[in-house]
Amino acid sequence: MSLLSVRDLTVKFAMRDQTVTALNGISFDLAKGERLGIVGESGAGKSITGFSLMNLLSRPGYIDTGKILFEGEDVVQMSDKRLRNLRGNRMAMIFQDPMVTLNPVLTIGQQMIETLMAHRKLSHEEARQIAIVKLREVYIPSPEERLEQYPHELSGGMRQRIIIAIALLLDPQLIIADEPTTALDVTIQADIMELMLELCQSNQVGLILITHDLGVVSQMTERTLVMYAGRIIEAGRTREIINDPQHPYTQGLINALPQQTVPGQRLKQIPGNMPGLASIPEGCAFNPRCKYATDLCRSRIPEIVHYGEVDVACHEVQRLNSDEDRQEARA
Amino acid sequence: MSDVNTDRPLLEIKNLEKRFDLDQGFLETLKFKQGKIVRESRSVHAVNNISLEARKGEALCVVGESGCGKSTVARLVAGLLTPSAGEIHYGGQRIDNLSRAGMQPLRKKIQMIFQNPYASLNPRMTIRQALEEPVRHHYPNASAAEVRDKVTEVMLSVGVDPSWAKRYPHEFSGGQRQRIAIARALTVDPEFIIADEPISALDVSIQAQVLNLMLEAKESRGLTYLFITHDLSVVEHFGTRVAVLYLGSVCEVADTRTLFSSPKHPYTRALLSAVPQLKDDRPNHIRLKGEIPTPINLPTGCPFQSRCAFADTRCKSEKPKAIHQPDGSMVACHAVEEDRLDAVAAG
Repeated sequence: MSLLSVRDLTVKFAMRDQTVTALNGISFDLAKGERLGIVGESGAGKSITGFSLMNLLSRPGYIDTGKILFEGEDVVQMSDKRLRNLRGNRMAMIFQDPMVTLNPVLTIGQQMIETLMAHRKLSHEEARQIAIVKLREVYIPSPEERLEQYPHELSGGMRQRIIIAIALLLDPQLIIADEPTTALDVTIQADIMELMLELCQSNQVGLILITHDLGVVSQMTERTLVMYAGRIIEAGRTREIINDPQHPYTQGLINALPQQTVPGQRLKQIPGNMPGLASIPEGCAFNPRCKYATDLCRSRIPEIVHYGEVDVACHEVQRLNSDEDRQEARA
Repeated sequence: MSDVNTDRPLLEIKNLEKRFDLDQGFLETLKFKQGKIVRESRSVHAVNNISLEARKGEALCVVGESGCGKSTVARLVAGLLTPSAGEIHYGGQRIDNLSRAGMQPLRKKIQMIFQNPYASLNPRMTIRQALEEPVRHHYPNASAAEVRDKVTEVMLSVGVDPSWAKRYPHEFSGGQRQRIAIARALTVDPEFIIADEPISALDVSIQAQVLNLMLEAKESRGLTYLFITHDLSVVEHFGTRVAVLYLGSVCEVADTRTLFSSPKHPYTRALLSAVPQLKDDRPNHIRLKGEIPTPINLPTGCPFQSRCAFADTRCKSEKPKAIHQPDGSMVACHAVEEDRLDAVAAG
């Protein structure tokens, strides 16, 4: 049985004059200890997916239909009490900005010990010892002293390590990390990524990594979902998606990276912008930006089909594959 | 700019320094030490003795991590900050000590593009007002029709639809706003553009659009760029020359191709190895010890010594000077100078 199984998840936002659909029929599975990447640009719905998995959406957003089965239990139907037990305990979340996640008026120790004592029957001293062990696991030097410090006394990289230590405090089965390294410098990012990878592998923790950075996904995850305008448009093993993407959007995203073009030449840009939720085009949401779009694309939403090594939602995937440019690009 | 001797760089930065005082008032400078009250003021050493050059038509990229002083360099060159020491020359003229009035003609030649297009456009001005303002300011004698034509021409050249002119910045996406910000910089026909992280706030597919736009403007208008970024893959694509900064000092300056094919400074090597690669399975990530120290109390000697695997006693006491390498790059590192780096790597 998979650890997490999401079926037909649809999330809507009720605005004053209309209701918009932020997620539209998302389905995917995550095995125990598996690492999954969710990529897409701003507005694709990747962060909303993360929030929904923990049932953390607040008004005006709500889960309209669908199931989120975590260890066989539907998160959508859970009582508040069950949810409290789930969050932080069996499922933990890491956000982009550690300064916002940590409470600035509590010491690191208070925040860690509070979390532990809320979920487990532990004495203060026992909780403190666990906190020290967890800080050591994320390579925080002299953890006893850190427990007495406030978040503002620590550097960005150190704070993000502490966030990871807090996420791991109760030995969760799944960590959802929403752009965990975006606010950090590259050398620190590389450290944090290595650390997360190591901890996930050694503790058999599942990871859902939400990011816009294809390089990060490529190094951290086994499988990848590509999202566009609230739908999954391509899913498969990360290697396949990076090396041989099938959806024109995924191809565009990878080809747009500066590494993919000879220095000084024009980058291969995708024209246009991601549509707003209130104005998602009819048919395939990507069709106004897609050079392969046909009348069918403009009128009917493509189903996800298995093609080659991946699952892809594109009417024209076969024609696209026989396209000469594409053959050339691959060669 | 035919009157400028082409042998001379368009922009010359000589021994530039910038310190920001942390303790400004008299009372703030009083400290209690060993039973005595002493006066002591702390300052952030944002830029320490930096020398750089940019030739006409070049795209000089300044890279480094947060706190390395790259944005301060941009602001000093743009005249938004006054240097604590050192000189900045533009087209043979010293510009860092000019008065406001003296700076006026240069403001037309040197334009700046900022990171956040949400903050750099006035939310209460329509796009037309925002774009016409600099033209009116720098060409006070231009007629309304001339201003209008100029703005429309620039809008078309950067892919801003002239029908947007009546709308306000909040009606546009980040990528569109950055286009408008670029258009605003180009309306006065500048020669030199300072771009401070112009694409960092944008999505990947939009980054490519904006970067292409900047490349086009470079070719069609013969622009020279000072491009500030933390993103090395963008540097490799866009830059003709690169300066790597660490804690306010230059580590290495080289042609882009040279820097990426044979990085020399240990920090440059670590920085390059840390970029997440798309296709390599196992990166040869060079792990750095610790984190960037604060620029308040700079260590003596090499600023990078606390994280460098090659640091020795000389690195701790003596700050390395930038030394010319056979391939034309400049490297400030004792270990490179003494040829210790590759000896260790080979052994």
